[in-house]
Amino acid sequence: MSVDIDTVKRVAKLAHIAVDDDRAAQLQHDLNAILGFVEQLNEVDVENVLPMTSAVDITARQRTDVVTDGNKADDIIANAPASEDNYFMVPKVLE
Amino acid sequence: MTPVLVDTRTPEPKRFIAGATGDWEVIIGLEVHAQVTSKAKLFSGASTKFGAEANSNVSLVDAAMPGMLPVINEECVAQAVRTGLGMKAKINLRSVFDRKNYFYPDLPQGYQISQFKDPIVGEGIVNISVGPDKKGNFEEVEIGVERLHLEQDAGKSMHDQHPTMSFVDLNRTGIALMEVVSKPDMRSSDEAKAYVTKLRTIVRYLGTCDGNMDQGSMRVDVNVSVRRPGGEFGTRCEIKNMNSIRFIGQAIEYEARRQIAILEDGGKIDQETRLFDPVKGETRSMRSKEDAHDYRYFPDPDLLPLVFTQEYVDELAKDLPELPDEITARLVGDVGLSAYDASIIVSEKAIVDYFDAVAKGRDGKLAANWIINNLLGKLNEVSTTIDASPVKPDQIGGIVDLIKEGTISGKIAKDLFEIIWEEGGDPAAIVEERGMKQVTDTGAIEAAVDEVIAANPDKAQQAVEKPNLAGWFVGQVMKATGGKANPQAVQALVRQKLGIE
Amino acid sequence: MTELTSLTLAQAREKLVAKEITSVELTQSYLDAIAAANEELNAYISITGDQALAQAQKSDERLNSGNGGALEGIPLGIKDLFATRGVHTQAASHILDGFKPRYESTITQNLWDDGAVMLGKLNMDEFAMGSSNETSYYGPVKNPWQAEGSNQALVPGGSSGGSATAVAAHLCVAATATDTGGSIRQPAAFTGTVGIKPTYGRCSRWGVVAFASSLDQAGPITRDLRDSAILLKSMASLDLKDTTSVDMPVPDYESHIGKSVKGMKIGIPKEYRMDGMPEEIEALWQQGIEWYKDAGAEIVDISLPHTKYALPAYYIVAPAEASSNLARYDGVRYGLRVTGDDIKDMYEKTRAEGFGDEVIRRILIGTYVLSSGYYDAYYLRAQKVRTLIKQDFDKAYADGIDAILTPATPSSAFAIGDKEMAADPVKMFLNDIFTVTVNMAGLPAISVPAGLDSKGLPMGLQLIGKPFMEEELFQLSNVIEQAAGSFEAKKWW
Ligand SMILES: [Mg+2]
Ligand SMILES: [Zn+2]
Repeated sequence: MSVDIDTVKRVAKLAHIAVDDDRAAQLQHDLNAILGFVEQLNEVDVENVLPMTSAVDITARQRTDVVTDGNKADDIIANAPASEDNYFMVPKVLE
Repeated sequence: MTPVLVDTRTPEPKRFIAGATGDWEVIIGLEVHAQVTSKAKLFSGASTKFGAEANSNVSLVDAAMPGMLPVINEECVAQAVRTGLGMKAKINLRSVFDRKNYFYPDLPQGYQISQFKDPIVGEGIVNISVGPDKKGNFEEVEIGVERLHLEQDAGKSMHDQHPTMSFVDLNRTGIALMEVVSKPDMRSSDEAKAYVTKLRTIVRYLGTCDGNMDQGSMRVDVNVSVRRPGGEFGTRCEIKNMNSIRFIGQAIEYEARRQIAILEDGGKIDQETRLFDPVKGETRSMRSKEDAHDYRYFPDPDLLPLVFTQEYVDELAKDLPELPDEITARLVGDVGLSAYDASIIVSEKAIVDYFDAVAKGRDGKLAANWIINNLLGKLNEVSTTIDASPVKPDQIGGIVDLIKEGTISGKIAKDLFEIIWEEGGDPAAIVEERGMKQVTDTGAIEAAVDEVIAANPDKAQQAVEKPNLAGWFVGQVMKATGGKANPQAVQALVRQKLGIE
Repeated sequence: MTELTSLTLAQAREKLVAKEITSVELTQSYLDAIAAANEELNAYISITGDQALAQAQKSDERLNSGNGGALEGIPLGIKDLFATRGVHTQAASHILDGFKPRYESTITQNLWDDGAVMLGKLNMDEFAMGSSNETSYYGPVKNPWQAEGSNQALVPGGSSGGSATAVAAHLCVAATATDTGGSIRQPAAFTGTVGIKPTYGRCSRWGVVAFASSLDQAGPITRDLRDSAILLKSMASLDLKDTTSVDMPVPDYESHIGKSVKGMKIGIPKEYRMDGMPEEIEALWQQGIEWYKDAGAEIVDISLPHTKYALPAYYIVAPAEASSNLARYDGVRYGLRVTGDDIKDMYEKTRAEGFGDEVIRRILIGTYVLSSGYYDAYYLRAQKVRTLIKQDFDKAYADGIDAILTPATPSSAFAIGDKEMAADPVKMFLNDIFTVTVNMAGLPAISVPAGLDSKGLPMGLQLIGKPFMEEELFQLSNVIEQAAGSFEAKKWW
């Protein structure tokens, strides 16, 4: 399978990365090289094979329901590019 | 989640909506997001408390700081299983958490951890009761549940604090939600309202969600489509984020008619997300189509599959409280209440508990009458919940006992109730102290009857011709005895003395 | 004082405990060496001298009172992927511009708890995506090794290129690193150092900037085997904050070095004999086999039939996970923000400017293979192939194999700015052809220096072990270290 330029742009939109036409063309070339490389997986017979869902053979450990965290709004917003009164600020979102 | 479309209902004309070109049937499916009752969040140790200072109930995990990892809260898992059991649903011993990828400022990870392919709870049932109709009858309808899954809530963006900026608070981010997806089994706004009400009752009974819709603890996405009765399913629109049962009803009514108008005009319905404007009573389109999402679900590699045993489920099932359907069956079947009275008792767990306390060892019907007709009415009048009632179950019980023994009449009982409401105290003691006891001594009653007859010889004469006048005499005797005479005894004596057979 | 920096971790530890040297002296020697070399080698992207000396001071106090921990006073370099409280933590990316976490990764906390000293943060490929350390926002790292008779700058490998160079050039005693497809073992092989990627779940991932969650695993890069054993013991722990970390005791790896390997079975997978593999690599592998025979181990030919599919499957799974893991870099809560007309514009511009080419390529591939209509064909299929790869190993181990011997890389270090690799992203991927299977299966593996090629550049051999049997890898690779000796780059910087 190979991707066309519109697909590259659509995927970039999904990933929220701005790409201009030149960049899209370069990316199209690169992505097709990679997609060409992974094509060989189609040779593998995966009939009745279960997908690997985790790399370790243990079941999920669970936490008890206690409040152990929070009350550190300072730490939470310490690195924020813009904040006010412990809120993060972003360009206005129109619903 | 889009539920699978299977028609389980037989079209019934009484539910049809009349259009200009004939009848239409509305098809409704609901997705209810119910906030799980837990102290800490689904994947972090931050508090779930409502109304905290901005970003104070936030952990590094909730803020999606680099390198942070989710660890699941066992209580949220248990709550989801309990809710599933409450819907007689299939509990999946193995379920998987997936990432739903999209960008939004109040979604710090850039994905919501949810369950897509393998939810924790599979198919179940919610029985709803629609009515009463003009004859006081209820209609029982079984609504299918497609699934219930656990997922993270998002944060909150505020848009009115600043001219060009939105403010983001992550306190709600990561709180556990149960998304309950119904099958498209509802055929009227009343059914949809009844379903949400019933679901809310169930989770409240179970203690798995507080059901406080005004605080956003339950939010409903409503899928509405219309079709010719029994025909093919139409294209649906989703009305997002409703948090009032009344508005859900209004939105469905509006949306169904909007769709019918378009179709009757030869148009077609666009599958889209809409919002309900409660002020205008209308729904409006929310997203443009070019913004169509591609959520790229895949199993969250930070989380191992959630696996538990049947013993674990059985253990939770053992501790489940008695649920509304079972209680209704008991109240109607064993106690002999009407479906209507039972529905009132069952509407809240606190009322059931109150009823059970009163009815223990007593006449259940009488207990129910007292609670429904006197207590609930009074509570409603003064806007108090049953938990905060100044009259406690043993006091109502005491009143019921006094009536049952014949110590007081129904009328006196009402006065007694008022006294206890205002002043408290033991019903029997009050009756004793204030001389409210019913007079059952036949001699005393006889004297009173004789007195009244003697004072009204003309009326006594007439009564022989017009037996209805007996009632007047009974009233006079009751008055003369300050209401304390046993009404049955008075009735009998009056008739006897007047010579009415 | 320069000779202080030539001590291995084990040697330095001994001298510190014996009070022959102080941690302050040792730390200062390293800070001096870094000051002299870093402009040339570019191994460090943040040097925390004052903090290091303060830590060293405290270590000396503890050493003096006899309360020293397992790494007391040992100056380490930390890969920029590990969150370090109040210190530069950017995964060598522009998008984390200025990010200073208010938390400490579990692994680095374990190290500080054991008394280690932090010299600074080490350069790496951006978000650990790369095999040459050329994708760093902070520029490439130079390998301290150069081909004989040449002064051409070579790559140290990647993504832990800064870690490998810092260890090989004696700019730290040892370093932390991470390995998603070979990022510990390949740079170790390129720089004549030892690198071990433990079993997935052995070291906590909490506070380590994620690349591909199901593949990422941290480990040490050190000058010799013993140092790796010492450092891994401190790094490894059960962490309740990471559900994928395992609850198993951490053995004393050091005590397994020197144990006999007589009768142990070494598997030689025929599928690792690749077309076009340099003869020198083939010869090195053969040499390794001879060493094990001499040591009394049994050599068994085995087959890992799905080996060739590991790399293509990896280039679906890793980017898919990365595309989602890197969605949090959106300019809202930390790091770079490029202003835009609206929120969406801000996201798109921030991410376009904040991420480098390789990262963008991988995010887009990952986004594509997960997108509607492609998930089954790519992601799901790759995860199934992964199961088959894992089963290949399971079978070999079930048949009684103790470990598998392979080359670590298909070549020795190549030049910075290699044109062929720059033109074709897939060429660069091939560096990981021998290492990536191990990540796909979640197994432990170690790269040990085994010799020099005809250009005088180091080459490594890889031993792949059974899950959570790292101690056997230390036991076995001692054979290579003893036979091959150690390798030092000639100082030119
Ligand atoms: Mg939904
Ligand atoms: Zn949902």
